[in-house]
Amino acid sequence: MGMDERSAHVEMNTPGPDEGLRSELSKQGIFTVKLQDMYNWGRKNSIWPLQFGLACCAIEMIAASMARYDLARFGAEVFRPSPRQADLMIVAGTVTKKMAPQVVRLYNQMPEPKYVIAMGACAISGGPFKQGYNVLKGIDRYIPVDVHIPGCPPRPEALMHAFMTLQRKIDAQALTGENRPRHLDPAAPSEFPVPALGEDDIVPAKNERVWEAPVLIR
Amino acid sequence: MNNYGEYQFLAVFLVVAVLFALAPLGLARLWAKKFSPQKPGAQKNAVYECGLEARGSTAIRFKSEYYIYAIIFLIFDVEVLFLVPFAVAFLNLPVGAFIAMLVFILLLAEGLAWAWMKGVLTWK
Repeated sequence: MGMDERSAHVEMNTPGPDEGLRSELSKQGIFTVKLQDMYNWGRKNSIWPLQFGLACCAIEMIAASMARYDLARFGAEVFRPSPRQADLMIVAGTVTKKMAPQVVRLYNQMPEPKYVIAMGACAISGGPFKQGYNVLKGIDRYIPVDVHIPGCPPRPEALMHAFMTLQRKIDAQALTGENRPRHLDPAAPSEFPVPALGEDDIVPAKNERVWEAPVLIR
Repeated sequence: MNNYGEYQFLAVFLVVAVLFALAPLGLARLWAKKFSPQKPGAQKNAVYECGLEARGSTAIRFKSEYYIYAIIFLIFDVEVLFLVPFAVAFLNLPVGAFIAMLVFILLLAEGLAWAWMKGVLTWK
């Protein structure tokens, strides 16, 4: 396995034909591209989100997908009602502790490669309900979030910016090698532990492998 | 010896059609083998895919009684459909049509009587 990967690594990361040759070929009408770039180009332009909203941010998400803001321009208008057909989870709204297990389970049921956009103050940190007893202080405690959008709620333009950020992130992902993304690594997990409602709080309070408490510097 | 020459393109077409369907599947399989490992899991393979856990067995049985009721209702349904035009045109009909209609109703009534005797009409 290791040997195989290393040879693939060399093969994929060689620069291919140099710039001069490439421009010479393109003058003759021959366009050359790396397999990795073609793969990422296809993926970043067909991100299908999961049709799933939690609170008022979902209204902005719906607005973003409609004609005025037109998310279809990014190839992402196909909101799938089943996690098995979705690439992207937009956590749009307040995640209550009662809803958190379902959100994590939905994420687990999505096929790889999968991405998460945490939309709005509540989804990234608990927002105005942070001091409350029943709201999760950010979904990134349980699942790996790719893009955080602040705002209460963020405008559709902000969601679009997050989309474009995610597209840039996908575009830069390596197909092989040490720093390839999670879904290409056989050792990396695809399912994350689902929390459960405990005696007086949700347990476990966080997934240690995904989230660690920030260190406050005063 | 028959000349099938002009139909050869159909054979080619068939082969191309099968390849057209199979090639993407094969390519995807190869891609998964080379780059993208498969990661099945208990939750990913779960029967119910709405974030909630399935309760009980998913292979449940339906009572078929209702459907038999519905089929017996069809007897009256079809009967009305044929009887209304028959009744409207009754005075101008020959004897043969009257007898044919009687036979038709008899067949339906027979079916109903049979179902009744089988005990289908009593709800269990």
